Amino acid sequence: MTAPLVEMRDMVKSFGGIKAVDHVTIDLYPGEVVGVLGHNGAGKSVLMKMLSGALPRDGGEIYINGEKAEINNPRDARNYKIETIYQYLALADNLDAASNLFLGRELVNQTGFVDDALMEAETRKILARLNPNFRRFHTPVSGLSGGQRQSVAIARAVYFNAKILIMDEPTAALGVQETQMVAELIEQLKSEGIGILLIDHDIHQVKMLCDRANVMKNGQLVGTVKVDEVSEDDMLGMIIAGKCPPNAIPGPGALQNA
Amino acid sequence: MTDTPTAASAPPKPRNFFSALEVDTRLLGMIGAFVVICLVFNFLTDGRFMTPRNLFNLTIQTASVAIMATGMVFVIVTRNIDLSVGSLLATCSAMMAMTQTWFVPDWLGFGLNNPATMPIAVLVGILTGLVIGALQGWLIGYLAIPAFIVTLGGFLIWRNVAWHLTKGQTIGPLDENFQLFGGINGTLGETWSWAFAALAIAGSFYALIQSRRTKIAHEFPVKPVWAEALIGAIIAATILGFVAILNAYQIPTARLQRMYEARGEVLPEGVIEGYGLPISVLVLILIVIVMTIVARRTRLGRYIFATGGNPEAAALAGINTRLLTVKVFAIMGMLCAIAAIVASSRQTFHSNDIGTLDELRVIAAAVIGGTALAGGMGTIYGAVLGALIMQSLQSGMAMVGVDAPYQNMVVGSVLVLAVYLDILYRRRTGDRT
Repeated sequence: MTAPLVEMRDMVKSFGGIKAVDHVTIDLYPGEVVGVLGHNGAGKSVLMKMLSGALPRDGGEIYINGEKAEINNPRDARNYKIETIYQYLALADNLDAASNLFLGRELVNQTGFVDDALMEAETRKILARLNPNFRRFHTPVSGLSGGQRQSVAIARAVYFNAKILIMDEPTAALGVQETQMVAELIEQLKSEGIGILLIDHDIHQVKMLCDRANVMKNGQLVGTVKVDEVSEDDMLGMIIAGKCPPNAIPGPGALQNA
Repeated sequence: MTDTPTAASAPPKPRNFFSALEVDTRLLGMIGAFVVICLVFNFLTDGRFMTPRNLFNLTIQTASVAIMATGMVFVIVTRNIDLSVGSLLATCSAMMAMTQTWFVPDWLGFGLNNPATMPIAVLVGILTGLVIGALQGWLIGYLAIPAFIVTLGGFLIWRNVAWHLTKGQTIGPLDENFQLFGGINGTLGETWSWAFAALAIAGSFYALIQSRRTKIAHEFPVKPVWAEALIGAIIAATILGFVAILNAYQIPTARLQRMYEARGEVLPEGVIEGYGLPISVLVLILIVIVMTIVARRTRLGRYIFATGGNPEAAALAGINTRLLTVKVFAIMGMLCAIAAIVASSRQTFHSNDIGTLDELRVIAAAVIGGTALAGGMGTIYGAVLGALIMQSLQSGMAMVGVDAPYQNMVVGSVLVLAVYLDILYRRRTGDRT
C-alpha cells in the first residue's frame, strides 16, 4: 500500500493546563474524504490548525507522502499544497474578491508591482467555473452573500492546486442550494485525487460525503470508522459517549469497558 | 444592491454623469467642502482669502501636517494610533538642528553653510525617525503593548528627549541650504514650476492611458472615451491652475534685487518674478505619489489594508502582521522626520515647542479624510485634503479675526461633524464604497 497523503502522528497541543489535542494520530489518502467529528471543544479545529500551520504544535509529527514535513506557519503549509477553508471564512472584508483570493500570494508584474488587472482576470475565470452567478468583482467581500463569500474561499483553494484540502464546517453558513453546490464540488475535487479533511457537525452530511470518519472527544481520538460500515447512531454514540462500535478502529479516547 | 456589470460584450449603460466618470463621490464631497470654505472666507475677508499670497501660504502651512497624515493613514488602517508624531517631530528636529549648527561645522570642522551639511542633517533626521518609529512598532507588534499606550508614552518621552538634547534652547539659524525646505525661502521659480506642471500632466495622462490599455487587454469594461478625456482635462486644468496661482504670487522687488545681487547680477528694470512651487510642497506631492503607489500597487500596501480589514485572515494567509506593524510605524517615523525638516526650516530655527499638538492635527486630518478608526479603510489623498481643509479653516478664521479659543472650538466641532457625515455616507452607500 502506498504512503498516505497526510499522516499526523501523536499530535499534542495544550492551552494552559488543558490538553486540547492529546496524542491524536490520523491519516488521509489521495482521493479520500475523511471526516473529523466531535462536540464543540473536542479538539477538531485545533488539530486541523496544526496541519494548516495556524497553530504551532506542542508535540507530534506530520508526514506528507510518507516524508516528514516541517509545518510551522501558514506559508509552510501552503508550500505543501495544503489549503484551508475556515468556518468563519478568513476573508478580509474590506477587500474585493481578487485581493482576497490572492492574499499573501499576489501576482506581480515585471516591475514588482501588484498586477490587479491580471488577478481580476484570473479570479473571473476561476469563479466562472465554480459559481457562474458571481458578478460582483469590484465590491468589498463584506457586501457579498454567504454563498458568494464561500465561493471566494473555495476558489482560493482550487486556484492554487491544493493537494490537501481542510474544510472547517464549509456549509455552516450556507442555504440548501449552496450546500448542494459545495457537496458537488467535494465530489469533483475527490475525483481529481485531492485529499479532503472535513470538519462537520452534521452526521447525515458526513455519512453522505465522507469515506472514513475520525471521532474526537475531550482532545482524544475515540476511533476511526468507515462510514458505510456503521450507522448514524453508532457515530452519535462515539461522539456523545466515546463508545466504539465493533467494526471501528478504537483510539486512546475510546470508552474502555464498552 | 446592484451588480457591477462584468461581461465585456455589451458596454454598460452609465447610470448617470458621475457614475460614467467613475470618480470617488467622497473625493468630490471633500473638494466641495474645501471650495465652500474658500468662498465663504473670501466673502468674509473682502477677497483677501483667495489671493495668490494667501493660497501660497496655505500650501506651505499645510505641508508638515499633510506629510505626517499620509503615514497616519497606514497606522490607522492597521487599527493602530500614533499619538507621538508631534513629539517625534521635535526629536528629529532637535537632532537635525544640532547636526547642522554644531556637529558638522564644529566637530567635523566643515564651517557654516557647507554644501554637505544639509544632506548629512537630513540623513540624521530620517534615521532618527526611522529608528524610533521602528522601536515603537516593535513594542506594539512583538510585545503586544497597545499602540495607544506605547505612543502615549512616546508623546511624553520624545518631546522631552528633544528638550534634554537641546537643553531647552532654541537652535538657529539653520543651515542656508536646509532652509530651502521651509517654503518661502525655497521655491522653484516660474520656469521650473511650469516645467513641473508639464511633467505632472504628462505623467497623469500616461497613467490614464496605461490603465485604459490594461483594462482593454483583459477585456474589462472601460469608461466612455469622453469620460476619460474629461477626467484628463480636469486633471490638467487643476495642475495648471495650481501652478498659475503659485506663480502669480510675486517676489517683492527688494528681495528680487538681493537675489540678483547674490548671483552677481543687476536686476534689470521692470522684471517681475513669481515664487512658484515651494520645495516643501514639492516634497509633499512626491510623498503623496509614493505613498499612494505603496498603498495601491505593492504587496506591503495590500497587506496593510488586509490586516486592517481582518487581522486573523491576514495572519492565516501567511502575512507576518507583527513585522508589518514595525514597518508601518517605521514609515510613520520617517515621515515625522521629513515633516520636521519642513517645519523647522519654515521657522528657520529649532524651538522647544515645535510640533506641539501636531499629533491631534494629523489624526484629525486623516479622519476627516475618510480614514476609519475601525481599520481597513482610508486614502492618502483624503488625508491630505483633510489637512488642507483644517488648515484653511484655521487660517481663514485667523484672517477674519476670530479669537483663538473660538478657532479651536470650530475645528473641534468640524472634526466631529466630518466623522458623522462620513458615517451617514457609508450607511447610505452601503457596501458600494
